Amino acid sequence: MSVLNSREAILVGAILVLLGIVASRFPGFVTPTNLVAVFTDTAPLIILALGQMVVILTRSIDLSVAANLALTGMVCALINVSFPGVPIGVLVLLALALGATMGAINGFLVWKLAIPPIVVTLGTMTIFRGIIFLLTDGSWVNSHQMSAAFKAFPRETVLGLPVLGWIAVIVTLILGLVMGRTTLGRAFFAVGGNPHAAVYTGINVGRTQFLAFVISGMLAGLTGYLWVARYAVAYVDIAGGFELDVVAACVIGGVAIAGGVATVSGAVLGALFLGIIKNALPVIDVSPFWQLAISGAAIIIAVAFNARTGRSKGRVILKSAEHTQ
Amino acid sequence: MKLTKLLTSVAVAAGLFAGPASAEDMRIALVVKALGIGFFEAAAKGAEEAASELGDVEIIYTGPTDTTAEGQIEVINSLIAQNVDAIAVSANDTDALVPTLQKAMQRGITVISWDSGVAEEGRQMHLNPSSNALIGNMIIKLAADHLPDGGEVAVLSATTTSTNQNIWIEEMNKVMGDYPGIDVVATVYGDDLADKSYREATGLIQSYPDLDAIIAPTSVGIVAAAQAVVDAGKVGSVNVTGLGLPSEMAGAIESGASQSFAIWNPIDLGYSAAMIAYHLAKGDATAEPGASIPMGRMGDVTLDDTNAGAMADPFVYDASNIAEFKDIF
Repeated sequence: MSVLNSREAILVGAILVLLGIVASRFPGFVTPTNLVAVFTDTAPLIILALGQMVVILTRSIDLSVAANLALTGMVCALINVSFPGVPIGVLVLLALALGATMGAINGFLVWKLAIPPIVVTLGTMTIFRGIIFLLTDGSWVNSHQMSAAFKAFPRETVLGLPVLGWIAVIVTLILGLVMGRTTLGRAFFAVGGNPHAAVYTGINVGRTQFLAFVISGMLAGLTGYLWVARYAVAYVDIAGGFELDVVAACVIGGVAIAGGVATVSGAVLGALFLGIIKNALPVIDVSPFWQLAISGAAIIIAVAFNARTGRSKGRVILKSAEHTQ
Repeated sequence: MKLTKLLTSVAVAAGLFAGPASAEDMRIALVVKALGIGFFEAAAKGAEEAASELGDVEIIYTGPTDTTAEGQIEVINSLIAQNVDAIAVSANDTDALVPTLQKAMQRGITVISWDSGVAEEGRQMHLNPSSNALIGNMIIKLAADHLPDGGEVAVLSATTTSTNQNIWIEEMNKVMGDYPGIDVVATVYGDDLADKSYREATGLIQSYPDLDAIIAPTSVGIVAAAQAVVDAGKVGSVNVTGLGLPSEMAGAIESGASQSFAIWNPIDLGYSAAMIAYHLAKGDATAEPGASIPMGRMGDVTLDDTNAGAMADPFVYDASNIAEFKDIF
């Protein structure tokens, strides 16, 4: 497979073309400061897309990520309001743990009760949002109730990039390591590629899917705190419908929805592609009535490209069988 | 002596709880969506203010414990049994309360709705906190008041199909002639999502370097725009204003991202509802299309064809009064 022909190369090309088009209408978009801002704005999508990638890779789907994000974010906000002294590090660990727990619930239902993942996560999606309502009676946690440190953490700039952006970079590196260099990463590919064969190699398919959901949940939980701190507000509906953006980012990034095919760089590039469109549309003076159609069309075009390049030729391994068919 | 005292307290208790209507005090029941909500507690405070101003009025502040129509029906039935003089209700359901309220009106009880209305046949009149025209004018006035030399403003709305916001923006455009020098350079839509509103606001700041104000007539949008202005370091040069709740906007007022914003004042609303109920029950005003009913310090309300009227301009909140209201609603 030549480098030029790979999905990633095409996506990088598409992103550059996209940036070129945007820059021709609004030159300020491609200044380094603005690109950093766009990357930071896309960081939550990148983190969630990486989690989703692992789940989709194992032939599952996690529709509860946005609800998980909202619930974890709300819990962090409520803790911050009641106990402003709790250090941010503890809150981040708590967000990871709470998110992982919710992911584990999804994973457990898929693994032990063998319920289809789309059904499980549709259910837990509503349950998580419902729990936020029970916790708060529908009221908001507002900016003036949160502590300054709580809101400042994702904004803190290190070497020119806000912490929110750095976290996306770190998560990408860790996931890259896990997927490429560990047996767990190999197991995800094996389970998605051919679950029956995976069983024969001694991989527990259900357990592997369970771990995929835990990873996805953990990343959603982490994003929950970052999201609430960044927008300085928490309420029942935050990130409503965001799970679809996350799935779209994965699909654009060449993650096969049927499982078995995915790359970390693809998921990141898919998220960036979507993030750039989201950030560019407000500044290039396109009618809001066209914006949704443009986002949708961009997704379909990107996927169509991917489908063409991704189509495997299929090797004929039994000459005689070819003729009998 | 002791006996008289005892008798008096029994009479008072009877008057308060279930006894026949006492001749002296007019009893006005303020029925709210649910007890324990800051907004309605504030409205009750306003109603008490009206009562002490009028002198011979007793306010019964009541409502269900959760926001259900069933709960309100129970409460209203018990008020009918107590034979109160007037019921002023903020309804949990437009239609479900109608039969019960009709029963109340048949017994000679004055029935009005306020804040959240009841269908026409279930009340004598409805008091809206404001009107579309007043809101449309207020949102541009909020921006213009801080721009004596004119300037560029942009609107950050909810979705392209939000009825309320579209009407308000339309009303705003009608009165633009009254604000010379103020230019509306763009109208964008944040879909009432915090992240999209934030991005749209950031986009506005980038696209229009001379932007002076962002008007967001939606509570999600105004909060997100304020945060975007803070993060872009534009506090002081871009003023975020529009419609928001004091509890949600306290941070933006504190940071200076928002000079002022508006929303109804629940105290005034409760005050006006009590005043109207008093005058209707007393018989010195009638609820009919075109009628004008006095509301004490809030002026008069004029009823339209559906017997509904608007109380006043939205109330403006800024650094001077935010602390008082941020814990209320």
